[in-house]
Amino acid sequence: MEHLGYLFAAYTIVFAVIFLYVLFIWRRQAALEAELRTLEARLRAATENSADKGSVSDD
Amino acid sequence: MNTAIRNWLGLVTLVLMVAALFMIFAYVPTEADQGIVQRIFYFHVPCAWVAFASFGMVAVAGMLYLWLGDQIWDDLGYASAESGMVFCTLTLVTGSLWARPIWGVWWSGDSRLTTTFILWLMYGGYLLLRASADDTPRVARFAAVVGIVAALDVPLVIVSVRLWRTIHPAVIVTRQGGHGLQDPSMIVTLLVAMAAMTALWAWLLMLRFAQLRTRTRLDTLATQLAFAHAATGDR
Repeated sequence: MEHLGYLFAAYTIVFAVIFLYVLFIWRRQAALEAELRTLEARLRAATENSADKGSVSDD
Repeated sequence: MNTAIRNWLGLVTLVLMVAALFMIFAYVPTEADQGIVQRIFYFHVPCAWVAFASFGMVAVAGMLYLWLGDQIWDDLGYASAESGMVFCTLTLVTGSLWARPIWGVWWSGDSRLTTTFILWLMYGGYLLLRASADDTPRVARFAAVVGIVAALDVPLVIVSVRLWRTIHPAVIVTRQGGHGLQDPSMIVTLLVAMAAMTALWAWLLMLRFAQLRTRTRLDTLATQLAFAHAATGDR
């Protein structure tokens, strides 16, 4: 069981780094989804705005 | 469809990883000379293989981007470089943790270690470039060239143990030919660990690539929306 600490450290670091990378991807995904929601809201507002202008010009 | 494939791949990764860990810690015999610390080998080698595959993919994606100019290849190159960097870092760290009890040092100026570290530095530069510069076609072209040039170091890392005198073991293919694994169970364990790490890499790559594709589509949509606003005079 000599050098068990090195073995433990190596496998712990591998899984810790992979976990951190997955966390990084997950956080980026959350930021992207927030941006998508903002963009959808802007698009909806723009569509409604142009529809309003269309109905005014019809009058 | 892509989400379903990613989920399946995630499940396959989990099963393979559990199998690999079981084999590493409960099935494979302890190596006679190095003792228990030799078990680092079963993750060290797969990490290196996956890092090389990633950087190879960066080079292929870079060439396709320079040739076709399609953003999809730039996104693939970026995602591959990022995952390659993660696994190259793990290769260096696990190698160092293995070297300390066996060689008595954390690091040496050995040819394989040095060429691997150069590879890590070059892709570190690639990622710094991507992180600090805007996502313009000019930056993407420059990054593609850097990615291709840096990948030229991969074959050098592989043959370094034959080209120069080195203390790094040549286990997969020894200097005399053949392989250096004494027991068939060591080969099986290594193959399962390689499969597990490859599945993990593919899963991470798919996640990040899909994310970068979404990022590209969002940027395009935001630009189109800004143009539409400007055209209607609406701000």
